[in-house]
Amino acid sequence: MSTQSNTMSESFQSQSIAPAVIPATRMLYWSVRRELWENRSIYLAPLAVAAVGLFAFSLSSIAGIWEKQLRLNPAQPQAPYDIAAGLMMLTGIVVSVFYCLDALHGERRDRGILFWKSLPVSDLTTVLAKASIPLVILPLLTFAITVAMQWLMLLVSSAVVLASGQSVKVLWTNLSFMRMSMLLLYHILTAHTLWPAPIYCWLLLVSGWARRATFLWAALPLVAIGGVEQIAFHTRHFALLVGSRVIGNVPTVVSTSPDMFPTDPMTHIAPGTFLSNPGLWIGLAVAAMFLATAVRLRRYQGPV
Amino acid sequence: MTCIEARGLRKAFGTTIALDGIDLRVEEGRILGLIGPNGAGKTTALNAILGLTPYQGELRVLGRDPWTERDQLMRDACFIADVAVLPRWIRVSQALDYVAGVHPRFDRAKAEGFLAKTTIKHRSKVRELSKGMVTQLHLALVMAIDARLLVLDEPTLGLDILYRKQFYDSLLNDYFDRNRTIVVATHQVDEIEHVLTDVMFIDRGRIVLNRTMEELESRYLEVTVRPEQAAAARALKPMHERQAIGGSVMLFDGMDRQRLVALGDVRTPSIADLFVAVMMVNQSVTTKGAGR
Repeated sequence: MSTQSNTMSESFQSQSIAPAVIPATRMLYWSVRRELWENRSIYLAPLAVAAVGLFAFSLSSIAGIWEKQLRLNPAQPQAPYDIAAGLMMLTGIVVSVFYCLDALHGERRDRGILFWKSLPVSDLTTVLAKASIPLVILPLLTFAITVAMQWLMLLVSSAVVLASGQSVKVLWTNLSFMRMSMLLLYHILTAHTLWPAPIYCWLLLVSGWARRATFLWAALPLVAIGGVEQIAFHTRHFALLVGSRVIGNVPTVVSTSPDMFPTDPMTHIAPGTFLSNPGLWIGLAVAAMFLATAVRLRRYQGPV
Repeated sequence: MTCIEARGLRKAFGTTIALDGIDLRVEEGRILGLIGPNGAGKTTALNAILGLTPYQGELRVLGRDPWTERDQLMRDACFIADVAVLPRWIRVSQALDYVAGVHPRFDRAKAEGFLAKTTIKHRSKVRELSKGMVTQLHLALVMAIDARLLVLDEPTLGLDILYRKQFYDSLLNDYFDRNRTIVVATHQVDEIEHVLTDVMFIDRGRIVLNRTMEELESRYLEVTVRPEQAAAARALKPMHERQAIGGSVMLFDGMDRQRLVALGDVRTPSIADLFVAVMMVNQSVTTKGAGR
């Protein structure tokens, strides 16, 4: 009898508690998870690159390449760690670009958009979830994987150094890991997230608009504008502008010389200069405009 | 309560008119069959109702404007647009998780219950399922949503007869009640005939017939006319005549049953036969009109 009354009260409760409206954050959370289910390359590609990089580093450590460099220049032990970070950031850019070009196109190509639109998820939530991949998820993922990779690299080097009967003191004292990590996070969030945001949002917009060949439609206008400028005025401002956004070359992120690697511990970050750069805010405004257009556009779009 | 209300619903794709000023009213608790030839405007009408396409004219679905309020509308409405719209990469368990995550009226236990009756595994991806199983999965998801309006556009296209029968059986037995409204567009008229409460024929963007099943049964009669009575029967101006084994079959609109009994075997026409008759009449009228 008691079990019966329990199940009855339970079902009654679940009915009365069930909210008629699901909070926007929960919608967004599930929409982001759906992106990760569909595009497993978002995390598999960086993990694979990290694994390969780690393997290569282990080989070269055993061969003694880094150890020799460390002996020649003990004050600068972070060279391989910078290369690793650079590799991971490059992977992040490549994955972001490919993801964005397909984000709003794939669901139209496989007709799945008719299923997604049969659920009470707004176009705004969907587009924001897709934009969060290159603007939130991938930057944080790149950072986390890079830091993990660098720790493993340090362990590998230490093991090699110890095996050769030397002290790991130089390695551990000259490598300021915390600072390196903080600089990396800062660099990823500024130069590889906020600065290129308009590029990613442009790719998203094109993926929601073009019926096919999204890369072509995304690249052609940029090439055309750059070409016209080159021919008409013999200048390359537009090409340089786009180029700087793509590779995250921000002159005002740090106050040291531009050719120094951004996670060099000697770097002095300059968030003030970065945040007061009008280029940043213009870029973010353009990015927001692209996203708003993509939201609006999705309402009109069906299967292609 | 009115579920769908449209006035002067119009939609043109370039110079092609898909919907030519449709007036429509569907009350709650009805099962409406939308029947028409290819390109008649069925899908366009349903897409407008679901907020998938912009339109001209007035349209309210469950008191909302579907074009600007699609996401809110989908809390109370649901649709199966086609057999093949579940994304091929999604796993059955992920589909359940996702719908449970975003839909306030989704009852996961109910969906699991429907799935338990099938051979679908939770780990499977949609691409690994047969077409019939994908439909079963989609139906399980949709039937577990406590929606007030369900729209189906050719939901059983390309399925074998067993799946088709099962589809409508579960819809009727496990889902439909008097508080829900179902609108279904299909070519396979004979399979849904016994399910419907209302029928609407649509041709070239216009509604050519809109009746309840009771009206249909009381109004239209089909007679297999004995050969010797053929002339007498034709004098009563049947709306349509076709040849069959055992004589001409004539369809009458609003004719007294007793008068027809004298001519041959009288019965209620199937929707398919009525559809053919109405379409022939409608198309000959419009062709004559165009010729003039």
